[in-house]
Amino acid sequence: MIAEFGHYLLILALFTALAQGSLPLFGAHKNAEKLMLFGDRATQVLFVLILLSFIALTATFITSDFSVKLAASHSHSMKPFLYKISGVWGNHEGSILLWTLMLALYAALIPVFGSHLPKTLKARAIGVQGLLAFGFLAFILFTSNPFERLNPVPADGLGLNPLLQDPGLAIHPPMLYMGYVGFSVAFSFSVAALLEGKVDSLWAQWLRPWVLAAWSFLTLGIMLGSLWAYYELGWGGWWMWDPVENVSFMPWLAGTALLHSIMVLGTRHKLANWTILLGISTFSLSLVGTFVVRSGVLVSVHSFATDPERGVFILLLLMLATGAALTLYALKAKTLKGTGEFEPISREGGLILNNLLLITACATVFLGTFYPLFMDAITGDKISVGKPYFDLTFAPIMLILLLFMGAAPLLKWRKDTLSSLKRLSIFALPITILIIILVAFFGKSVLGGIGLAIAAYLAIGTILAFAKKTQNFKNLSRQAAGTYGFVLAHLGVAIFTAGAVAMSVWAEDDIGRLKIGESLNVAGYSFTLDKVAPGQRENYQYLNAKVNVEKNGKAIKTLSTEQRFYPVRNMVTTEAGFHFTLGPTIFTAISEGNSQDGWIVRANYHPYVTWIWIGAFLMSLAGFISLFDRRLRFREDVI
Amino acid sequence: MRALIPIALFLLMGLAFAVGLTKDPKLLPSELLNKPVPKFTLSELYDETETLTQEMFKGKVSLINVFGSWCVACNVEHPVLMEISKRGDVNLIGVDWRDTRPKAKAWLEKGGNPYRQIIFDNESVLAIKLGVSGAPESFITDKSGHIRYKHVGVITPKVWQETLLPLVETLKAE
Amino acid sequence: MRWLLFMFMVLSFSTGAIGQPSEAEIEMRAKEVGRSLRCVVCQNQSIDESDAPLAMDMRELVRDRLRDGDSNTEVISYMRERYGDYVLLKPPVQRNTYILWLTPFILLLAGLGWFFVNSGRREDER
Repeated sequence: MIAEFGHYLLILALFTALAQGSLPLFGAHKNAEKLMLFGDRATQVLFVLILLSFIALTATFITSDFSVKLAASHSHSMKPFLYKISGVWGNHEGSILLWTLMLALYAALIPVFGSHLPKTLKARAIGVQGLLAFGFLAFILFTSNPFERLNPVPADGLGLNPLLQDPGLAIHPPMLYMGYVGFSVAFSFSVAALLEGKVDSLWAQWLRPWVLAAWSFLTLGIMLGSLWAYYELGWGGWWMWDPVENVSFMPWLAGTALLHSIMVLGTRHKLANWTILLGISTFSLSLVGTFVVRSGVLVSVHSFATDPERGVFILLLLMLATGAALTLYALKAKTLKGTGEFEPISREGGLILNNLLLITACATVFLGTFYPLFMDAITGDKISVGKPYFDLTFAPIMLILLLFMGAAPLLKWRKDTLSSLKRLSIFALPITILIIILVAFFGKSVLGGIGLAIAAYLAIGTILAFAKKTQNFKNLSRQAAGTYGFVLAHLGVAIFTAGAVAMSVWAEDDIGRLKIGESLNVAGYSFTLDKVAPGQRENYQYLNAKVNVEKNGKAIKTLSTEQRFYPVRNMVTTEAGFHFTLGPTIFTAISEGNSQDGWIVRANYHPYVTWIWIGAFLMSLAGFISLFDRRLRFREDVI
Repeated sequence: MRALIPIALFLLMGLAFAVGLTKDPKLLPSELLNKPVPKFTLSELYDETETLTQEMFKGKVSLINVFGSWCVACNVEHPVLMEISKRGDVNLIGVDWRDTRPKAKAWLEKGGNPYRQIIFDNESVLAIKLGVSGAPESFITDKSGHIRYKHVGVITPKVWQETLLPLVETLKAE
Repeated sequence: MRWLLFMFMVLSFSTGAIGQPSEAEIEMRAKEVGRSLRCVVCQNQSIDESDAPLAMDMRELVRDRLRDGDSNTEVISYMRERYGDYVLLKPPVQRNTYILWLTPFILLLAGLGWFFVNSGRREDER
């Protein structure tokens, strides 16, 4: 009964979305106030409808109603409560419903915060949101109905994919979607601005917090995903340049560019066209990500569960949404001319460079991710593009970006001279040289020294910019939240960079077949296989291995790693054993084997790997802090 | 004009995606097409003392089938191979990949043994030489022992009737 | 940072040691080679990182060939002869990958070029 109710609500939502996607747009065209105001109401109705439908779906999971196909194939009566709930979005149908719910949430918040916006602009943006929601609701109802019934009803469910039974992964998708979907606001306001034929600083200032929020969620989502892959997949890597990772990284890069270009537009009324284009592209890249993950065009040899029909539908959605927006752009871009000129040595000059580099980096990731697909489509040649490609292309671009990033915040808007960077060179030059010498001597790596020196330089530049803004740290409590956001975010990048450099230069690993008592030696640590014991817990059998780690004869820690077999799913997962510290992290994972030949054991030494996630977390936190900036709170009198 | 660049790039991308949807990313072409079966020396599954080499493919049109008792999809393929074996159209040779002898024998006990001979390859020696990336995977060789076709995945009755059998017949006539 | 390392690696390929290499050296070179070969049954992992059985066997094969006196390049091309370009995580620079390799640098230069051409013009000049 409750499933039919949820299904019915979705159908109602489809029609509501259609109304929201048409009447306000028409109203804005005719300047009919009532139709425009209807949009405000419609967003709220739509949100409530989808929310109730989502609750209905959650209820079928909580009550273990296995007459619903989705619950039967992704839940289990014995599953812990948390995973019953996270199971709702641990599958295609449920996650796309969550996606749409968030889309409706963002749309419903537009009228709440946008009461003073020009009426036609708001109505048009809400209309575009309605069209997007309509597309996704149609996608759900026609290809991915989460409320489908099952006959006969099975005695119990199949359970959630064991890989996903992890608290980190319970919140990773919602965070990621909050990011992806948040950029829809930038998309719809870009389209609305094109329809209006007008972009101004007010538009930019109003849109910035939305971009900030979306960006912060996306950063957090990606960071959680990386952390999860690190300890759950047992590969011992924090970033694999896997297509699925890359498609979440592309909107992040474009979104970061948007975040900065919108500042230029808001402050100096420049980059109007460019910002609009970024607004459209960032969300389009989110859609591309959705398309890739759900259509299976890019998955490699050993993954299952791909549905071409869904792929076609999402591709159609993407073509319609982005195609229409870009066509509109082609027609209307001329009308939006901001002032195009800028001084090379100025804040906006730096921000423009930032955008150029970020977009080049984004295009590189795009090319690396999709080139095999394009090659296959055009000539049928099969090639792989892996980490070495990105190390040679993406990494140098980012390096140049970091160099500018340390200096640009010290420059004034409009026009400045290199003398503003005097303080930076006084501080940074000796420190970076010292770092390079010390690291080359003690760390035996010049490259590592240069990498760490760049991270330090960025941190120094950031702190100096903060000092400049606060007249040498005066009135710290009265500083705008945005200033703290900037410092924290840029320091986050510096910390992240240090971690990434350390990992790529000093990480060591080994993999081998060990019998009890045998060890692997990695970076001065000895990993000895001490005990291997099989056992059984609620819904899986396990093989637990205790690995003693010692350094110079001193015990560091006994790591516990497991190979788990889930009979319900016929799946094997690895639980890595690790010891996280702010310095070296040690990591081990056991895989197949037997007592005669030994077990395959991996041992990793990961220096400063935690800095990577701490840096990313700081970036995300910084974005949220910036949301509290008074300057973003809207005051009509200023404009 | 410049405003048209984004939409043009986007349409190109969409086109490539659309074509990509029609392709199967799993298919890998064999690099060894029209080359002789690589040199190897391995033992027979049932008779450890019997050495098998690439010479075994000379003189007959053969179907080399890579399988393993651990391979789920091989269970699906097995009845088809039994049928092919019964009709005797082709010299069916198995490559037991990454397996143990007892497990492989037990597996063949259960469903029957369709193979004339089975190359026991527990360390992927031949598999890597053949560029195998998963099981099941099959190759067709001509009378001179050259690889003429590679099929990735399960041989269904349809694949056999429409693709493999006609090829075997042509090769026999060569 | 890795990219610089890789440049050195590329250079060291051509000068790969001749004669009887030591076991430690084999180990190091096997890792280098392993990182540049794709584990064909995995998702975008190199055979050095993967614990898939096939990857283990491929690692073993790489070691054996290095012990037999193959250079790093020879081992890589041995694998390439069998699995095609697909097995190379670093796509070779050849006709069908020029676009892949050149685009990032063209974009970078074009972007920087655009920046310096368009900057510095005063607003009243237009």
